Amino acid sequence: MENLQALTNAALAAVEAATDAASLDQVRVQYLGKKGEISLLMQELRHLSPEEKPKAGAKINEAKQGVEAAIRARKELLESAAMDAKLAAESIDVSLPGRGEDVGSIHPVTRTMERISEYFRTIGFTVEAGPEIEDDFHNFEALNIPDHHPARAMHDTFYMKDGSVLRTHTSPVQIRTMERFVAENRNPPIAIVCPGKVYRCDSDMTHSPMFHQVEGLYVAEKASFADLKSLLSDFLRVFFERDDLEVRFRPSYFPFTEPSAEVDIEWGRNEDGSIKWLEVLGCGMVHPDVFRHAGIDPEKYTGFAFGMGVERFAMLRYGVRDLRQFFENDIRFLEQFK
Amino acid sequence: MKFSEQWLRTWVNPDATTEELVSKITMAGLEVDEYTLVAPAFSGVVVGEIVACEQHPDADKLRVTKVSHGTEEFQVVCGAPNARVGIKIPFAMVGAVLPGNFKIKKAKLRGVESLGMLCGADEIGLAEERADGLLELPVDAPVGEDIRTYLNLNDTIIDVDLTPNRGDCLSIAGLAREVSANFLADVTVPAIEDVIATIDDTFEVNLEAPEQCPRFVGRVLRNVNVKAETPVWMVERLRRSGIRSIDPVVDVTNYVMIELGTPMHGYDLDRLEGCINVRLAEQGEKLLMLDGTEQTLNSNTLVIADEKKVLGIAGVMGGEHSGVNADATSIFLECAFFDKIAIAGKARAYGLHTDASHRFERGVDYQMQTKAIERATGLILEICGGEAGPVVEVAVEENLPKAKTVILNRSKVASLLGVDLPADQIAPLLTCLGMELTATSEDQWSVAVPSWRFDISIEEDLVEEVGRIYGYNNLPNTMPLAELRLQIIDEAKIDLSELRRVLVARGYREAINFSFIDPKLHTLFDPEREAEPLANPISSEMSVMRTSLMPGMVSTLRHNLNRQQNRIRIFESGQIFIRNARGTESSLTQDLWMGGAICGSRDPESWHGAGSSVDFFDLKGDVEALFARVGNAAEYSFRAAQRPALHPGQCAEILRNGEVVGVIGALHPKVAKACDINVPVYLFEISADVLVDGSVTSFRELSKYPEVRRDMALVLDQATPEADVEAVIREQAGEWLRSIRLFDVYSGKGVEEGKKSLALGVTWRHAERTLTDEEINASFAAITSALADKLGAALRQ
Repeated sequence: MENLQALTNAALAAVEAATDAASLDQVRVQYLGKKGEISLLMQELRHLSPEEKPKAGAKINEAKQGVEAAIRARKELLESAAMDAKLAAESIDVSLPGRGEDVGSIHPVTRTMERISEYFRTIGFTVEAGPEIEDDFHNFEALNIPDHHPARAMHDTFYMKDGSVLRTHTSPVQIRTMERFVAENRNPPIAIVCPGKVYRCDSDMTHSPMFHQVEGLYVAEKASFADLKSLLSDFLRVFFERDDLEVRFRPSYFPFTEPSAEVDIEWGRNEDGSIKWLEVLGCGMVHPDVFRHAGIDPEKYTGFAFGMGVERFAMLRYGVRDLRQFFENDIRFLEQFK
Repeated sequence: MKFSEQWLRTWVNPDATTEELVSKITMAGLEVDEYTLVAPAFSGVVVGEIVACEQHPDADKLRVTKVSHGTEEFQVVCGAPNARVGIKIPFAMVGAVLPGNFKIKKAKLRGVESLGMLCGADEIGLAEERADGLLELPVDAPVGEDIRTYLNLNDTIIDVDLTPNRGDCLSIAGLAREVSANFLADVTVPAIEDVIATIDDTFEVNLEAPEQCPRFVGRVLRNVNVKAETPVWMVERLRRSGIRSIDPVVDVTNYVMIELGTPMHGYDLDRLEGCINVRLAEQGEKLLMLDGTEQTLNSNTLVIADEKKVLGIAGVMGGEHSGVNADATSIFLECAFFDKIAIAGKARAYGLHTDASHRFERGVDYQMQTKAIERATGLILEICGGEAGPVVEVAVEENLPKAKTVILNRSKVASLLGVDLPADQIAPLLTCLGMELTATSEDQWSVAVPSWRFDISIEEDLVEEVGRIYGYNNLPNTMPLAELRLQIIDEAKIDLSELRRVLVARGYREAINFSFIDPKLHTLFDPEREAEPLANPISSEMSVMRTSLMPGMVSTLRHNLNRQQNRIRIFESGQIFIRNARGTESSLTQDLWMGGAICGSRDPESWHGAGSSVDFFDLKGDVEALFARVGNAAEYSFRAAQRPALHPGQCAEILRNGEVVGVIGALHPKVAKACDINVPVYLFEISADVLVDGSVTSFRELSKYPEVRRDMALVLDQATPEADVEAVIREQAGEWLRSIRLFDVYSGKGVEEGKKSLALGVTWRHAERTLTDEEINASFAAITSALADKLGAALRQ
């Protein structure tokens, strides 16, 4: 009993000296195990008088608890240190690049066609498509461009051996859609946009023999030039995300619309502050002969149509300057678009 | 059309600057492409006359001249080879400032004093290129007059790009009408007086094709001096319209064409034989052209001929026999009206395009011919002298265009333009254009259309004129109103744009190739099929329509491989064009396809270590991802196949419900070599119409009961497709089969030569209860026994 204090001190010192879980457990067994040095002191209690027993027992228990607490504390400390060491060993260079596939890219022409179509889709237009090898009727005749018309010469048409053509514009889709409405006994309103490839027999810095257009058509019982004006003005402002974009409508001529207009947008300023105008769209009210060719009653319905060159919009939007780059498919060009 | 602003202003002179004028006519629909000063700013240059010219004492190439400016003479040293006594030239005096702020000062040239400079056309900004010598002015140029005044150089050339409907504006008279309408300024038509005939000579004209040529006005002129010089004002006006001076007769006919819009022609009367016949050509008839070439004519071509020969293609171009020699003294003037449909396309058919054909194709005023003859006669006699015979007009009235009247309703203006203009506002917008309006009711007019406006035949045409003169930008903006009506969107149909994004997420970049390709490339890829040829390709490299996306994608790979790109993943969607022959019938299908091509390393280059190269299964995985996105992967299968451009051992047809809808494979090394590609390339293409066609999800209730999995290792012939093994398992595994997963493929050590080992995990699950060992064992036994029977597959021990 007299060496209880010494044993306790020795045990506490051993706890402090333990450097891992195993040596700490050894200390526990040595002092607190069934045959541990402090535990054995309990056996000596039998030599004490009944008066002394409880007091001495309490002292031993107190010592045991003290050592147990020390062991627990030491254990926690050791575990926490081990965790710290493990975590430290597991640290990585978070600046290293991540793993896996790069993300590819959508072609700017596709992206631009999708954007244009989407604006019109949100207000109820549907997207239509048509064949690229067209017959003369849909590409020309039905659009009021008879064989002798000077506008034919301006179209630089690619012909196939059988007299069909590579469509020179997306306007034939107008005709095909109206014909389908008539065939299905459906009545206007018709509200469509038709994105797609078109072809002209012309190739230089500013002309590509293949390019893209988006055509739009709206036919209803009441569709006016004033409607056309506001719709296209709004479209141009949302496309370029500029509320203050100046837009003007200039009289022009297309055989399939009457009245016809070209639309210019503000694209920079001259030295004197005046607006530099840039032509971006052609449009007009659907010519009654076009309605007749497609089987729609021009006395009952009016409509407007518009067409735009996709590459031009993409060039303006993204700052591409050479039209030919769109079809070279150089990765260094493509990868700049998302 | 190019024209001189000052010339236009002699007809109509609004109170507007050049910029205002140009802007206004552009906004009236006559789009001005550009406008340029006739000459840049310069001053101090007068008409000078060389009165003496001697060799410079110390310089071979220099002359010492004396130049008069009318009252004084100046010594000027000059290097021009054409400097000689008697000619009149632009003389920049000391103090003159030439274009580019070049100041003329007193100077000494090789020791001889020089007081000024004699100018070539380029030095006063009249020519772009260095002129070869001095600009020689006409002999009657008034010495001492400022050159800017003399040549009327304070002028602008305006180039207006007219739309095909506005042939009426291909003249000063027509442009003046438009300017007048837009500025409400009066037109002053130059006085054109009839020239009284002083001789009786006429020449017979027969209209043998009156539908095509219903009017021909002719006139004989005698004793005309064709050698006379065209006055400088006319030469200058023509030059500003881009027309070169030839001789007075040609110049005057061109001048009248620009002024009044009526093409004309002057013949050498002495070279005409018999009479003039305006007729259709005989098929194969020859016409000798001015440049010595010969045109073979079609029978649909209207010609001007005499009794012996064709003189020219009517409304297009005169031939060798139609012209006027310098020695000619008798002229036959022609001003005819040709129907525009008779002329349309003819110039193009013969590879020609002339000022005349340009006008006739668009329409010429059918009432202007006599006036034009009078105008030309007056000008020719003024310049060349001579006597005029009577004007002879041959016309077939019934074939001439009829005066048109079009009904206009105020309500039509409102419905088309979207603005309800009052009647008294509409009428003046049309009358200023020369239309005559007669009110037929309060809200309706009968509108008489002037003879020069061929483009107006229906009510809508008049509405356009109302809108145009009112100003498109003055019309209101109103939003189109429509019912808010929902439309069905087919959920089973996946938008192609979503599939594009599946590939983009897997590293693909979208390419767009031309739809026409080199026939050699086509043959390399698709030798068994004929590609649709273009009748008029731009070049042989772009002359047939693609039957596959592969040639274009391979070209894209090559382009980029040649530019240090090693790992490439591209895709494209677009139409392909295939002719299907069924017996004697053939039809063209043009369907939308989607394709992709990859080469290079499997993963992007990274610090994780060099990866292996892509193979067939990388690409197949990407294709399967498309099926997974659409949600109908189970309908697709791949079947070994052969394609001329693909590796015979690494090529598969893609089938959907048993029908071939696409192909996938490695590029054949032979084709790769022909395309200068020396890395393995894998390609696929599939019908986009099929691809986007999916189905709406049909949900299956989740099972609360556990799955049971059994793995098996099979040994079977190397050549047996794994898909066949899966098919047998699927057939035998019973209705509770959930999935089959292949997790190992092995051949080599431990597996007999010519055999392979496959390891598969098969999973079952029942919706309502736990499956028993007995049930699974029975299924497993059925599977292994069927595999042994059908495929000779043994369980690996």
